[in-house]
Amino acid sequence: MSATLVAPPAAETLAEPIIELRGVSKRFSKTLDFAGRLAKRLGANLREEVVHAVDGVDLTIRKGEVVGLVGESGCGKSTLGRMVAGIMPPSDGTILWRGRDLRSLNAAEARNAKLRTQMIFQDPYASLNPRLKVQEIVGEAPLFHGMAKRSEIGTYVDEQLRRAGLDPSLKARYPHQFSGGQRQRIGIARALAVQPEFLVCDEAVAALDVSIQAQILNLFMKLRRELDLTYLFISHDLGVVEHLSDRVVIMYLGRVVEEAPAEEVFRHPNHPYTKALLAEVPRIEARKRAFAGVKGEIPSPLNPPSGCHFHPRCPFAFDRCRVERPALKQVGPGHRSACHLNDAA
Amino acid sequence: MSTTTIAAAPAAPKVETPFQRFVSEFAASRIALFGLVLFLAIVAIAVLAPFIAPQNPYDLAQLDIMDGRLEPGTVGAGGFTYWLGTDDQGRDMLSGIMYGLRISLMVGAGSAIIACLVGASLGMLAAYAGGRTDSLIMRLVDLQLSFPAILAALMILAFLGKGILNVVFALVIVEWAYYARTVRGSALVERRREYIEAAQCLALPTRRIIFRHLLPNCLPPLIVVGTMQVARAIALEATLSFLGLGVPITEPSLGLLIANGYEYMLSGKYWISFYPGIALLVTIVSINLVGDQLRDVLNPRLKR
Ligand SMILES: Nc1ncnc2c1ncn2[C@@H]1O[C@H](COP(=O)(O)OP(=O)(O)OP(=O)(O)O)[C@@H](O)[C@H]1O
Ligand code: SF4
Ligand SMILES: [Mg+2]
Repeated sequence: MSATLVAPPAAETLAEPIIELRGVSKRFSKTLDFAGRLAKRLGANLREEVVHAVDGVDLTIRKGEVVGLVGESGCGKSTLGRMVAGIMPPSDGTILWRGRDLRSLNAAEARNAKLRTQMIFQDPYASLNPRLKVQEIVGEAPLFHGMAKRSEIGTYVDEQLRRAGLDPSLKARYPHQFSGGQRQRIGIARALAVQPEFLVCDEAVAALDVSIQAQILNLFMKLRRELDLTYLFISHDLGVVEHLSDRVVIMYLGRVVEEAPAEEVFRHPNHPYTKALLAEVPRIEARKRAFAGVKGEIPSPLNPPSGCHFHPRCPFAFDRCRVERPALKQVGPGHRSACHLNDAA
Repeated sequence: MSTTTIAAAPAAPKVETPFQRFVSEFAASRIALFGLVLFLAIVAIAVLAPFIAPQNPYDLAQLDIMDGRLEPGTVGAGGFTYWLGTDDQGRDMLSGIMYGLRISLMVGAGSAIIACLVGASLGMLAAYAGGRTDSLIMRLVDLQLSFPAILAALMILAFLGKGILNVVFALVIVEWAYYARTVRGSALVERRREYIEAAQCLALPTRRIIFRHLLPNCLPPLIVVGTMQVARAIALEATLSFLGLGVPITEPSLGLLIANGYEYMLSGKYWISFYPGIALLVTIVSINLVGDQLRDVLNPRLKR
């Protein structure tokens, strides 16, 4: 797969990679407990089930980039995001943080890498501990890690809240006293408080009203300028990703199927899956209907199709697709796609 | 900062802590409030028994065997009025009940607290460790819960013999499983919530995440179960004592008082069993009233 690497364009060589995934996989296995094993002995149709949530993903994110990660529900976006954020170890493969294997870091370095990558979550209700005040939610980690002194924590927290667009005078309140959008801002302030360089936003606006969504997205872009942040922006909504991202990565059942600069994905999609997705996005109002029309059911990740995972739903599928997994190959500047059709040409 | 939208203050006029909210929601039910007042009064009587009881029922010197089995309201030989009558030893029933409450509540609350600590720790361990540890602990819980509590307690006491500490021990053995199951259930749910992931992202140590973030959010169901289990423990202790395997005769609990009067019931001397029975009933009902309301207020499914 490395044979035909076209030299990357100048823009990509400018910044050094902040994070690199090399052949990263995550499997979840539901092992049978004692009762299950007993039932199996007695002839019940049970087996140990393994979900390949993420399957051999290579991905590089450079400093200052905004990478959009798109895919249908259950394709492993959140799992990938968690591994990138360092809160879930991969089952296979290597994650490099600034060129160094995460597993080779000592405790202090690993902690630093973890702090530098923060996550913004989807559910503004579940993502804040309901028993802590806003000032405790935002101030706990910087205080614990010695980023702010106890005597200064008040002003430190105020600054984070102001950055996230919240009135600091509300900091003695509890999360339940805020609206969804405000709660999301609290979550952002909590992340900013540990001075991250890289934000993983997992469906960070999906639960909000459309008008609030725009405010939060604008906040992300403002923070990007002010703090020089890098983003991995996870969404199932192509419309949200289009306006935000420099580069878009499309996932299907745990694998990356296409990866390209944002404009390129929308103008010259290569992979049949991406094309199917885009066909469903009316070019003017992209929102909400993103995946309505890819034909067929999403196959179960428990039992993915052989060869190219997309073949049961692909209008161009041919024999090779059913047996051989297509590799991600360069099809243009910074544009990679995993489809056997590219070989035929 | 110029383009920042400063979010407007929400309508709520004042900072309301979750605890204040909880108190006002609890107080919304009059019957629960009544139960709470009743329970606090019972606790006060039990705690203050040595100061307010007309007689020390354990002090044999104060008892007059001639006053045995007097009817309620009778004035005894020493000019002492027995408002609730006396038992066969000439013991003032009112004082006996006050002291008996003390023993019953102590055994009930003591066993509940220890069982809660043991059960909650094991439940938390099961939820956090998962795998074999989880399976092992939960199979023990299943075993415990499938065995009738009273039978298990009787067997333990038959083996260990009477005694307050032995009763507490037996009650802990038969009750810890309820706490373990409850805590494990809520910890498994809470653990998956995003604020736990956020805490992990913030590189906080696991111990801190468990004790500062996970455990406090698992407390509500634990409090509900705990309240109900205190009532259950008191009833169990009464049953054990009634059957003669509970507390020693020198320190009678309510159950033992009822047992003492049992043989006189048919001869019309109802009060020896009847009044301790009423005290037991009122205690258990008051705890359950409080517990029911706690369950309603703390149940996350009824809120949000
Ligand atoms: N902790 C876990 N244990 C077992 N299976 C899991 C776990 N987390 C995720 N999975 C499984 O892995 C697959 C991918 O899940 P993931 O949450 O990463 O998908 P997603 O793309 O984020 O979906 P969504 O859009 O619904 O959030 C799913 O089939 C899911 O059931
Ligand atoms: S590899 Fe085959 S099945 Fe997969 S997308 Fe390409 S043509 Fe379709
Ligand atoms: Mg997800």
